[in-house]
Amino acid sequence: MERMIEMALQTQPDSGQLAVAATSKRFVRFRKYLPLTLMVIPGLLYLMINNYLPMAGLVIAFKEINFAKGILASDWVGWKNFEYLFATSDAYIITRNTILYNAAWIVLGTMLAIFLAIMLNEVKQKLFARFYQSVIVLPHLISIVIVAYLVYAALSLETGFINKSILPLFGMDDIMFYFEPKYWPFILTAVHLWKGLGFSVVVYFAAIIGIDEEYYEAARLDGATKWQQIRGITLPLISPVIIMLTLLAVGRIFYSDFGLFYQVPMNSGPLYETTNVIDTYVYRGLLGLGDIGMSAAAGFYQSIVGFILVLTANFIVRKIDRDNALF
Amino acid sequence: MFRENRVWQTAAHIIYILLTIACIAPFVLLISSSLTDEAVILKSGYSFFPKEFSLDAYRYLLTGGESIARAYGITVFVTVFGTATGLLMSAMLAYPLSRRDYPARNILLFLVVITLLFNGGLVPTYLVYTQLLNLKNTIWALIVPGLLMNGFNVMLIQTFFRTSIPSAVIESASIDGAGEFRIFWTIVLRLSTPVLATVGLFQTLMYWNDWMNGTVYLTNTKLYGIQNVLNRILSDAQFLASSSFGANSNVLASASPPLETVKMAIAVIGVLPVLIVYPFCQKYFVKGIALGAVKG
Repeated sequence: MERMIEMALQTQPDSGQLAVAATSKRFVRFRKYLPLTLMVIPGLLYLMINNYLPMAGLVIAFKEINFAKGILASDWVGWKNFEYLFATSDAYIITRNTILYNAAWIVLGTMLAIFLAIMLNEVKQKLFARFYQSVIVLPHLISIVIVAYLVYAALSLETGFINKSILPLFGMDDIMFYFEPKYWPFILTAVHLWKGLGFSVVVYFAAIIGIDEEYYEAARLDGATKWQQIRGITLPLISPVIIMLTLLAVGRIFYSDFGLFYQVPMNSGPLYETTNVIDTYVYRGLLGLGDIGMSAAAGFYQSIVGFILVLTANFIVRKIDRDNALF
Repeated sequence: MFRENRVWQTAAHIIYILLTIACIAPFVLLISSSLTDEAVILKSGYSFFPKEFSLDAYRYLLTGGESIARAYGITVFVTVFGTATGLLMSAMLAYPLSRRDYPARNILLFLVVITLLFNGGLVPTYLVYTQLLNLKNTIWALIVPGLLMNGFNVMLIQTFFRTSIPSAVIESASIDGAGEFRIFWTIVLRLSTPVLATVGLFQTLMYWNDWMNGTVYLTNTKLYGIQNVLNRILSDAQFLASSSFGANSNVLASASPPLETVKMAIAVIGVLPVLIVYPFCQKYFVKGIALGAVKG
């Protein structure tokens, strides 16, 4: 190959040799960038196996998997898996739960996070502000398994703090939390906020401290109250961040934090009505019930609808602010 | 004016003190319960102050220490090996992406961004790992799925390379005859410690906290990392008795294990490393969150 390149380099691009020169130029370029290409290979190979192969694998939703025959040789069954899935009440429950939890949390989480970030900005002692930030981020870093233990310590029937120490104060009977679905929308919301709010606060706080102090000084000279400053300066100036984060969250409304919905209710069957979401349904179908067909159909449904939502959200972000769009 | 500031400041402090308590209290409940006598717990439940101090739970876990030590060992190996490999792989993929003159740049960027938007989900991924790569019940099943974590890391590193390393530095090194690998290793990586530290920290945490891969790909409990052991003990009380945890103990084997306190004690053992290390690197986490959010 090197000889070819040398020859190509010596060759003058005469009329008859233009084609040869073009290919040789490509060789030169290829050789120049060969080291960079070598660097890309491990990562690219990984993406192909870990990400792209499973994307192609989505077609198994249209197959009846038979491990004896192998995946490729398994029979095509058309939309049958989907018909089964949507014939059950599960499809409705998991879609409803996934969307309602996400929608409620986007609204509640965003409002609380902005409020707390504004309040954090009022803490003028740097040391305190930094300390508070560190503390509220801590729950975000704990594994959801540990969170399940913390929740168990509070809710357990025989030994939980609430059943043993709080309810008796009010003369109330024990509550079997792990068997009563009606409490779980509130429990999951509390746990979600406890674990994730600090993260959002830090994000919004970073946006707020990026605002030029001069705006506030000018406003103060004009006698603006704190409340007026927040409404007139802070909120409008961080609104690009709010809009972007909200739209991205809307784009992911079909996905949920699997660990939260699986670990924290301790996979308790009686709670499925309020704790089953698409992710947990797919997991149980695959590893618990062994119903790969329905599980694959639910996964396909999630991937496709999720993808459409992400594209839509990104399209809107792009319309509002090009720089903040993902692509 | 000044009075108004006072009021806001006081309100802010009060709110944040309450939040601090809310964030810390569950850990206090956990630790306190693990240090309480089992009989007291059974009678009056978990509480924030050990009414009767006892180390029985830890003593019980210590007698079956091999199993916990092995789970710890597996988690540490997976975390260290996975983070090192993953970080190198991400940086190696990110560097050519950061070079505007690299001809394949756009197509590669496209391939990375697609993975952020669309994925095959659990079932096809599971089939790839178990049927094609045969990673079921191997330690690699705990490492490989997390290597690139997600495309966001690659994009984060790529952006840093592109914006923070002057192309003049790379060009002059290239004129001096340094090859691409040398430039990458001795210049680019050296100048990128902030972003590598941030990404590395988040990846370390991801591996340390991961329980999903173990649940999905392992049926052999000998390969369980610490999170999977924790998970099994909480969901299945029998697991504690049936596995070798504490089983070697002749003294305690006759009596039933102090189950409710042992549960709390093992959770403390699982979370303690994070609680101990966190104060030293909280700065990077907080910075990393702000950085990652500003431009993913």
